[in-house]
Amino acid sequence: MRPATDQIWRWLAEVPDPEIPVISITDLGIVRAVEWEGDVLVVRVTPTYSGCPATSIINFDIETALRARGIEHLRIERRLSPPWTSDWLTPEAREKLRAYGIAPPVPGTAADGRLMARAERLVGGNLAIACPRCGSTHTERLSQFGSTPCKAAYRCRDCLEPFDYFKCI
Amino acid sequence: MTAALPDVDRAAFVEFLTRMGDNTLILGHRVSEWCGHAPVLEEDIALANTALDLIGQTQFWLGLAAEVEGAGRNADALAYLRDAGAFRNVLLVERPNGDFGHTILRQFLFDAWHLPMLRALERSADPRVAEIAAKAVKEVAYHLERSGDLVIRLGDGTAESHARMQAALDDLWDYTGELFMADASDAAMVAAGIAPDPASLQAVWLAEVRAVLEEATLTLPASTYSHKGGKRGVHSEYLGFILADMQFLQRAYPGAVW
Repeated sequence: MRPATDQIWRWLAEVPDPEIPVISITDLGIVRAVEWEGDVLVVRVTPTYSGCPATSIINFDIETALRARGIEHLRIERRLSPPWTSDWLTPEAREKLRAYGIAPPVPGTAADGRLMARAERLVGGNLAIACPRCGSTHTERLSQFGSTPCKAAYRCRDCLEPFDYFKCI
Repeated sequence: MTAALPDVDRAAFVEFLTRMGDNTLILGHRVSEWCGHAPVLEEDIALANTALDLIGQTQFWLGLAAEVEGAGRNADALAYLRDAGAFRNVLLVERPNGDFGHTILRQFLFDAWHLPMLRALERSADPRVAEIAAKAVKEVAYHLERSGDLVIRLGDGTAESHARMQAALDDLWDYTGELFMADASDAAMVAAGIAPDPASLQAVWLAEVRAVLEEATLTLPASTYSHKGGKRGVHSEYLGFILADMQFLQRAYPGAVW
């Protein structure tokens, strides 16, 4: 049995990210290629962060999901290049993140030199990151490193709630 | 993929990759020692995340070192089954953590080298090196942003934090020169277009360090002396203790897996 690759993509779209289960691994943009090599299905996956501990769980979940669909010969390969970027998050994924309470990445806020951090210090807050709870942009960064490598910790100065920000990389 | 690889002395290439991987491995281990001990929760998490990035990068560098070596070893074998004399990290990364400010200053001095090094390696003639660098550089940009900010905050902080940061700088300064020293392996990497001359990174490193230390109201030490040896396997006594901790499980229970 060799299901078409677009069918396999649809199955992969049902595999949740283990850390943020409201989005799928295809929403996250980490599945880079799906192709048949003879009767072996090859799925190429890129890590979000080099040391992301979810990587091995994601591979296991992919294998479990595809075996349940009857795929017998399967190889999961790591692809490093081009490196994963938060730009690959689909528009739907951004809305799902916001609804889940995680502010989606704002383009242009990646660490690049330390210009952004200096600009933020000067204005005493951040430039564009809206609270996913109340929508206020009157927010402040508590730490660039949050509960997982891909998130920063923020706090809303209006509704006072802390929240995660899915940072740009 | 193999067709595009540059012609290079294999031993020198393995040496270079091992140095990259051992720097991130030993610093990653040192930083991970803070887990559960940092002064505030946010910093504990940030330190753990930084360590995680560094260990992840180690898997790539040592994985490639093992592949190029072609002796049937893998990244885990290199990390857990070599003794101190086979490690190639610079002495800076094995320095003890000291207090929080000391750890952050060591991180900053390393990050300010690591970022331009990776930027240069993105243009490596070996595509496997270039893709690891392109992955790691995004993470290290965040490391440098954070360590630089904290050096400024603590240096230009209270009299106590300032004094501790200056003491850390005075202690660590003589370990930074090794990052820029070159030997025959480095020359082979330059000739093959794989990696930059270490000395070529010193000016941009110093510019970053000067700018941050000035804003942090810290005084650049006058010393031009540098301890060296780690790059060729001659380490301080600290590395043995690190390995005793890091390698215990594999030494006590060879081949143990989760």
